[in-house]
Amino acid sequence: MIRRSPGLRRALLAWTVAGLVLLYVPLALVVLNSFNASRTFGFPPSGFTLRWWIAAAGSSGALQALGTSVLAGLCATAIALVLGTMAAFAVQRFRFFGRRAVSFLVVLPITLPGIVTGIALNATFTSLLGPVGVTLGLGTVIVGHATFCIVIVFNNVAARLRRLGTSFEEASADLGANPWQTFRLVTVPLLRGALVAGALLAFALSFDEIVVTTFTAGPTVQTLPIWIFGNLFRPNQAPVVNVVAAVLTLVAIVPVSLAQRLGGDVAGSRT
Amino acid sequence: MSVPSTARPGARLRLAALLGPPMVWLVVAYLGSMAVLLVSAFWSTNTFTGAVVPVYTSGNLLALVTDPLYRDVTLRTLLVALGVTVLDAAVAVPMALYMSRVASPRARVALVVAVTTPLWASYLVKAYAWRVLLSPTGPIAWLTGGHSSGYGIGAVVVTLAYLWLPYMVLPVFAGFDRVPDSLLEASADLGAPMRTTLRRIVAPLVLPAVAAGSIFTFSLSLGDYIAVTIVGGKTQMLGNVIYGQLITANDQPLAAALSLVPLAAIVIYLLAMRRTGALENV
Repeated sequence: MIRRSPGLRRALLAWTVAGLVLLYVPLALVVLNSFNASRTFGFPPSGFTLRWWIAAAGSSGALQALGTSVLAGLCATAIALVLGTMAAFAVQRFRFFGRRAVSFLVVLPITLPGIVTGIALNATFTSLLGPVGVTLGLGTVIVGHATFCIVIVFNNVAARLRRLGTSFEEASADLGANPWQTFRLVTVPLLRGALVAGALLAFALSFDEIVVTTFTAGPTVQTLPIWIFGNLFRPNQAPVVNVVAAVLTLVAIVPVSLAQRLGGDVAGSRT
Repeated sequence: MSVPSTARPGARLRLAALLGPPMVWLVVAYLGSMAVLLVSAFWSTNTFTGAVVPVYTSGNLLALVTDPLYRDVTLRTLLVALGVTVLDAAVAVPMALYMSRVASPRARVALVVAVTTPLWASYLVKAYAWRVLLSPTGPIAWLTGGHSSGYGIGAVVVTLAYLWLPYMVLPVFAGFDRVPDSLLEASADLGAPMRTTLRRIVAPLVLPAVAAGSIFTFSLSLGDYIAVTIVGGKTQMLGNVIYGQLITANDQPLAAALSLVPLAAIVIYLLAMRRTGALENV
């Protein structure tokens, strides 16, 4: 219909291109700025330099924060992988009362604003569990991250299970495999792509999270986003912040494109 | 029957084993925390030590209603969230229309990837990018000869709209995709000009998808305090006030009471959006 109207078609194309330029210019600017020779990062850049990248590679604060982020991300992803896959199997392979409620509960932690989740977890950890010896730290960060990462794994695995149907598993059972053999030799290999994609995306989400982290980390634990935010308004740290921001931007592309290639539900995971 | 029914005892046991651990986690860690949040909004703090004491008070919730500061901040936050939502819808609808109805099948896939990828780039970095863009010595000031609008509430709306744009484009794109071609052909065959078809046939069918996208843009804007701190200048939103009460003033019960405001706003918004059929589009 619209294809028959060249004027509208061109206008929509121009709008879409403008929208995409708008999406990518700020990201490109961050990467460009990390090579800006000027210390105040005026525009246009006064020259090209690798000085800040070398400075960032030697920044112990940033490197330590990177290690914390990776550790928190790996632990949260591992928990989310197990719990998200179990929930996806339950919802996709069984019919039971409250199935929709289960899906809703899984999605809720990324639908509500991070600050509500963050304050709620903070209240629980400090007011309720504080008296029994719980203190804010890496462990509480991992609990918080795992809670909102479950949905990412769940969405990826559930979508794959829905597409696969049950015919392969039935064929396996008809050929005499017991349920465990079917699971190990048929279901898991068919799901591998969705599991890896879900894990990658869950890790990416955890790696980037700042709001829930702020309220669950306490004063001693610094993830990379917390480190950046803490140094954002310090002019003498600006060059290193710029490099770390550029690294985060470039690193974000890798898990997403990998997950895409593995047939993961990149678009649907977070919406 | 291909799907095991829960009527068989073996299946029921397996279902319980599968569902148990994730449900225990989500109910205890998540819903449990939400319950603590609700309850702790009625707790008080020790005036000398600042420690939370589980003694009932309605003072925190009364402060929400009576303190004009909180009223202003709530109003401002709601307006910002609405502004972000309208801006995102205005940008996203033509993009989604092009992606779904004009682009070739190959271009469609590429466009979805192109819209999705920035969603996974660091949220903090994206907000920071706008701080750089809008800075007095930044690219916008350079392009306009020093007329950058600078940091403030306008910058907050633009930055949040930028951050959440993919959340609007993707459901609206799916919404356009679900409109059957036969309806458009029927409308054209009956002599309707394209403008009429878009207005009378496509728009009502896509509206629930826009509403679905708006749940994200609205809800994510309501709780934000990071982007506001980065580009908002002196602008205060609910998120900043909640953060300030918890971290700076160390008044956890008041922070809990304050965070009920975005929670309530979202629940009301979700209920309103349910009437449009948006929840089936999420």
